[in-house]
Amino acid sequence: MAGVSFKDVRKTYDNKIEVIHGVDMTIADGEFIVIVGPSGCGKSTLLRMVAGLERITGGEISIGERVVNELEPKDRDIAMVFQNYALYPHMTVYENMAYGLKIAKVPKAEIDQRVRDAAKTLELGQLLERRPRQLSGGQRQRVAMGRAIVRKPAVFLFDEPLSNLDAKLRVQMRLEIKRLQRELGVTSIYVTHDQVEAMTLADRLIVMNAGIADQIGTPMDVYDRPASVFVAGFIGSPAMNFLAGRVAEGGRAIELAGQGGARATLALARATTAAAGAAVAVGLRPEHLAPADGGPLELTVELAEPLGADSLLHGRFGESRETVTVRLPGHVRANPGETRRFTVDPGHVHLFDSQTGKRLADA
Amino acid sequence: MVENRPWLTVLSHAVVLIGLVIIAFPVWMTFVASTHDQQTMLRSPIPLLPGPHMVDNYVQILTEGYGGRFGSSKHTLELGWGPAKISITMSTIAMTMINSMIMALGITIGKIAISIIAAFAIVYFRFPFRMWFFWAIFITLMLPVEVRIVPTYGVVASLGMLDSYSGLIIPLIASATATFLFRQFFMSVPDELTEAARVDGAGPMRFFWDILLPMSRTTIAALFVIQFIYGWNQYLWPLLITTKESFYTVVMAVSRQANVVDSVPSWNLLMTMAMLAMLPPVLVVVFMQRQFVRGLVETEK
Ligand SMILES: Nc1ncnc2c1ncn2[C@@H]1O[C@H](COP(=O)(O)OP(=O)(O)OP(=O)(O)O)[C@@H](O)[C@H]1O
Ligand SMILES: [Mg+2]
Repeated sequence: MAGVSFKDVRKTYDNKIEVIHGVDMTIADGEFIVIVGPSGCGKSTLLRMVAGLERITGGEISIGERVVNELEPKDRDIAMVFQNYALYPHMTVYENMAYGLKIAKVPKAEIDQRVRDAAKTLELGQLLERRPRQLSGGQRQRVAMGRAIVRKPAVFLFDEPLSNLDAKLRVQMRLEIKRLQRELGVTSIYVTHDQVEAMTLADRLIVMNAGIADQIGTPMDVYDRPASVFVAGFIGSPAMNFLAGRVAEGGRAIELAGQGGARATLALARATTAAAGAAVAVGLRPEHLAPADGGPLELTVELAEPLGADSLLHGRFGESRETVTVRLPGHVRANPGETRRFTVDPGHVHLFDSQTGKRLADA
Repeated sequence: MVENRPWLTVLSHAVVLIGLVIIAFPVWMTFVASTHDQQTMLRSPIPLLPGPHMVDNYVQILTEGYGGRFGSSKHTLELGWGPAKISITMSTIAMTMINSMIMALGITIGKIAISIIAAFAIVYFRFPFRMWFFWAIFITLMLPVEVRIVPTYGVVASLGMLDSYSGLIIPLIASATATFLFRQFFMSVPDELTEAARVDGAGPMRFFWDILLPMSRTTIAALFVIQFIYGWNQYLWPLLITTKESFYTVVMAVSRQANVVDSVPSWNLLMTMAMLAMLPPVLVVVFMQRQFVRGLVETEK
């Protein structure tokens, strides 16, 4: 058991382009960390540097007390679960799980014990003599997990392990991974671009954006107080709405641009530190907009989408340039061109610097 | 078939049967000829059905030989060492079968071993001039044995390898085709598998033995068949470098007997030899076919 720490970790591939621009963080022993971000932001690269499959070109990664920069994967005390399972096709399930231990010269009796224990935990008992091709996707996934478990590593690494499964199985395996990780208490780093997976699995999230860890925090932290426009837009579905605005009333309210004659003003729960009159990006989550007669925001509906449990209204506020989405519970009918008024709880108004995209601090 | 018209079925079967007859007829005639005696074969019309002399012909070829100077000499093969030594006397024709077998197996196994290792190096290791080596191997694809036969002969002769098994085998072992095939196969092996093996602690050689080699099984089986037939059918090269009868191959023997000067060829015996020369490649195909089919049915990646 061990924690993992990153010290200004950087990666430059052979083509001299830096893809990870310095990641700093400390993962506690037993913590479940999820790395999320859009495609190509460097999630896999970061994970593979921990695994030892990619050279670390700058900074330091330590597992436990040991700096592992120069260690081979097998000496790092990690186990990895791959996206396409990477099971050895010519070996049985048993042999697949035992292979690493066999190489490590673990005594036969102990290998057998460990493999059977893992098979029991994962309900693979009946399948030990099968070949990977005789298994379903979910079963293969479980064998891949089994192969990781039997090694009793200090850290589990997962690279989008569920992305090849259908939606239902994905939910099931997600729960199983969570349960297993709780049971074993092994530090885990999990890469995904599925935000539901990220939110449900993580003790803490790392939201990556183009090689930078934009925010590191608990899922609720990231949802409630996104550190940047990028994070705010990436976490949450449908995505947060952004409107251009100006700081007014000495930092206690925001005046929205492009609201025609009737100026829309949003009150803030706490005054912002930004100077009066400064341009800001206002973030409003679709689910935080509540219908209210005489509310400050007037939505001109362009399209209504019923989702079953909820309904989405797409449209614009006044003559604003930005399209916005509102999420309302239950069935809501609205015709294109109709207008509705909305309000928002001051505690749910997010402000970002319109230049840097960073969250603005409260006063 | 999608369509189900009776006349179409009849037609397509007819085409297949005609094709089969055209291809199989000479083989059938060879077989028929190997079951008659010499007189029958010289009378016309030549028979179309097997005769009663099959066993005689085969026994004669394997023990006595074809007759004539080369055809009737005997060869003694000694097996084992010291007190366990046994010697078997057989006709030189039978000896040529053994020679062909040694040569074909040597070429096949040698080619597969060398090319799988070469492909492994090219695909999995980064070393200076890697691609240069690959292209150097690849270019030799464009040079068949016949083109480089004179310089090759020179080299083999100056190394003193004329009239030896190593002389028969080694110059034909390098194989661009097989290297290329293995390279393509290795490149289709997912990187994740290599990485999983690395995480499991397998070094390069373990990875080769435990994972790559078993996964290449069907490729190896396919190459085995192709290369065995290639090795078995070699004619020009053994003809050039062997002067001693004890190193002749069966293909050489057949052609030699067919061209005997000044005498009527014994077609029955000649065809018996031809049948014997055809047998091993056929057996290899038949036995390896299972591997082939399995390779086609199972997708192991
Ligand atoms: N071997 C490589 N050589 C050069 N550049 C690479 C290499 N591997 C990845 N990259 C680049 O590094 C960046 C990050 O890649 P990475 O695979 O880490 O992305 P990712 O976040 O895992 O994306 P995805 O969600 O699509 O898996 C990308 O811009 C990619 O083009
Ligand atoms: Mg990735």
